[in-house]
Amino acid sequence: MLTIEDLHVEVEGREVLHDINLTIKEGETHVLMGPNGSGKTTLLRAIMGFDSSQITEGSLIYNDHDITHMPIHERARLGIGLLFQRPPTVSGLKLGKLLAVTSGGDSERVDEYARHMNMDTFLERDINKGFSGGEIKRSEVLQLMIQKPDLVMLDEPESGVDLENMSLVGNAIASLVEKDKHIVNRKKSGLIITHTGYILDYIDADFGHVMCDGTFKCHGNPREILKSVQSKGYKECIECQRV
Amino acid sequence: MKGFSEIGEEDLKRIEMTGLQTGSLEGRSGSFLQVDDHIHHASTDTKGVEILALADALEKYAWLEDYYWKAVPRDKDEITQYVAAREPKGYVIIARKGSQTTFPLQTCLFMAKDEIQYVHNIIIAEEGAELHLIAGCASSMKTKNGAHYGVTEFYIKKDAKVTMTMIHTWGESIEVYPRSVAIVEERGIFLSNYVCMVPAKKVQMYPTAELRGDGAVARFSSIMLATPGSYLDTGSRAILSAKGATSELITRAITTGGTIISRGHILGSVKDTKGHIECRALILKDGTIHAIPEIEGRVVDCELSHEAAVGRIAREEIEYLMARGLSEDEATATIIRGFLDVKISGLPESLQKQIDAAIDAAEKGF
Repeated sequence: MLTIEDLHVEVEGREVLHDINLTIKEGETHVLMGPNGSGKTTLLRAIMGFDSSQITEGSLIYNDHDITHMPIHERARLGIGLLFQRPPTVSGLKLGKLLAVTSGGDSERVDEYARHMNMDTFLERDINKGFSGGEIKRSEVLQLMIQKPDLVMLDEPESGVDLENMSLVGNAIASLVEKDKHIVNRKKSGLIITHTGYILDYIDADFGHVMCDGTFKCHGNPREILKSVQSKGYKECIECQRV
Repeated sequence: MKGFSEIGEEDLKRIEMTGLQTGSLEGRSGSFLQVDDHIHHASTDTKGVEILALADALEKYAWLEDYYWKAVPRDKDEITQYVAAREPKGYVIIARKGSQTTFPLQTCLFMAKDEIQYVHNIIIAEEGAELHLIAGCASSMKTKNGAHYGVTEFYIKKDAKVTMTMIHTWGESIEVYPRSVAIVEERGIFLSNYVCMVPAKKVQMYPTAELRGDGAVARFSSIMLATPGSYLDTGSRAILSAKGATSELITRAITTGGTIISRGHILGSVKDTKGHIECRALILKDGTIHAIPEIEGRVVDCELSHEAAVGRIAREEIEYLMARGLSEDEATATIIRGFLDVKISGLPESLQKQIDAAIDAAEKGF
């Protein structure tokens, strides 16, 4: 589904990512871990195509399309979706209005999903304006449910979400990546940044990757990586020379 | 009197852009139409509300002298002097004590020829009356040059409420000089909404609300777009001269190459008054936006504040919407539409819809 080859990315003229290689196949969910500032968010933003994450070398191939220099909205229309960690507030733009546009005017589906995500009372509010951390995540998940991406990228989906809402958000994400479907029928893929690993209670991720200093340091079983990070932190990863 | 039937189809469309109905008057509680200096129509079907030509009103009601040139001074400037020196044109609306209009009353000033159109309007809402006005001003596609001079005097008595929604659809070579003052008495409410999304050569206005009664309220909201060649020098002023008087002046301005001077002035001259000025502006292409908010407190216990911001659309917001599948142009238009979306509290829904429609019509041009 997505092949990243030898990717180098600059942010404000400084190289933040280098030598990134990764293949995500249809139906696979990958988890991205690593210390703050290691470049995880930059990678997701580069895949989405944001101006600030400038690709200087390498390529992104998505379902046979070279998307390395494709505008953001074309990537979105090809099926790439991103849950923002800290989305901007858009004053005056109602959440319901945006969903009306992205759903192609399917108000029934919008209402149904909004109720499901406990966001029905937010449809008339400006997007993200005064939303709590948990509300932002519910709003982001709701937007992705409407958008129905094939490659679901999630930037810390659990941050700011309280325990009560964690299962709502977690289960909704699980269905975004079709964890409710049998493995052979799964068409959706996921690339998820997590610090806490709470999201792994809802989705069984297939692969884990640790990023340090702008490149992958190791790949492996996501549960095992999480366990090791929880007990020893990233110190060993940073020092580790094995790639 | 003749009505809208005298006007050609193309011009009717321009009149309709100002939010007026030109066919059936269903959903309107009255209608007034002046083309150049001819009054074509004045009627209302609402009990307790009268609309008549100024000249007729001055003849019919001797007491109108107490209101004629009493809020706006005759010799204020060359515009008022011009109007005062000529035969009275324009309308008088009187909402009698306790009268209520469910539907807005529409007034239309239309310029068909290249000349100066002048009007003098007087609006009186007596004690407890509630009156909603939609004032459309437009010029014919054929009008190449011209100027509109408009004097408007509002008298809002105790517990009365007047909302005035003015939508301008002038031509690129028309100059417009409204001069208006509202005098608001005890607990009276004056809401003034101005929408100008269509090019005009020059608009110069600085409507004022004098809050003379305790607890009086004035809210001005202006939504403007200046295209290349447009020069919009607009502002609003509130004079808080009674206890508990409050005022809010809100502006959303966008330029794609024209100039907008956005003025605002709130004067708090007695205790226990409150006022706020908010001006937000976007420079989309070229152009100039000059915000001049002034707050002037003359006593303790008056709370006045202002915020003004001139900027551009944040790239982050555009990219956020693009990540949801909107093209850059769609994302930009959606953000601008949101930026202009000022919901005016206390405004009837039908009028809010007219404002929304005027902005929607301009959306393509962003």
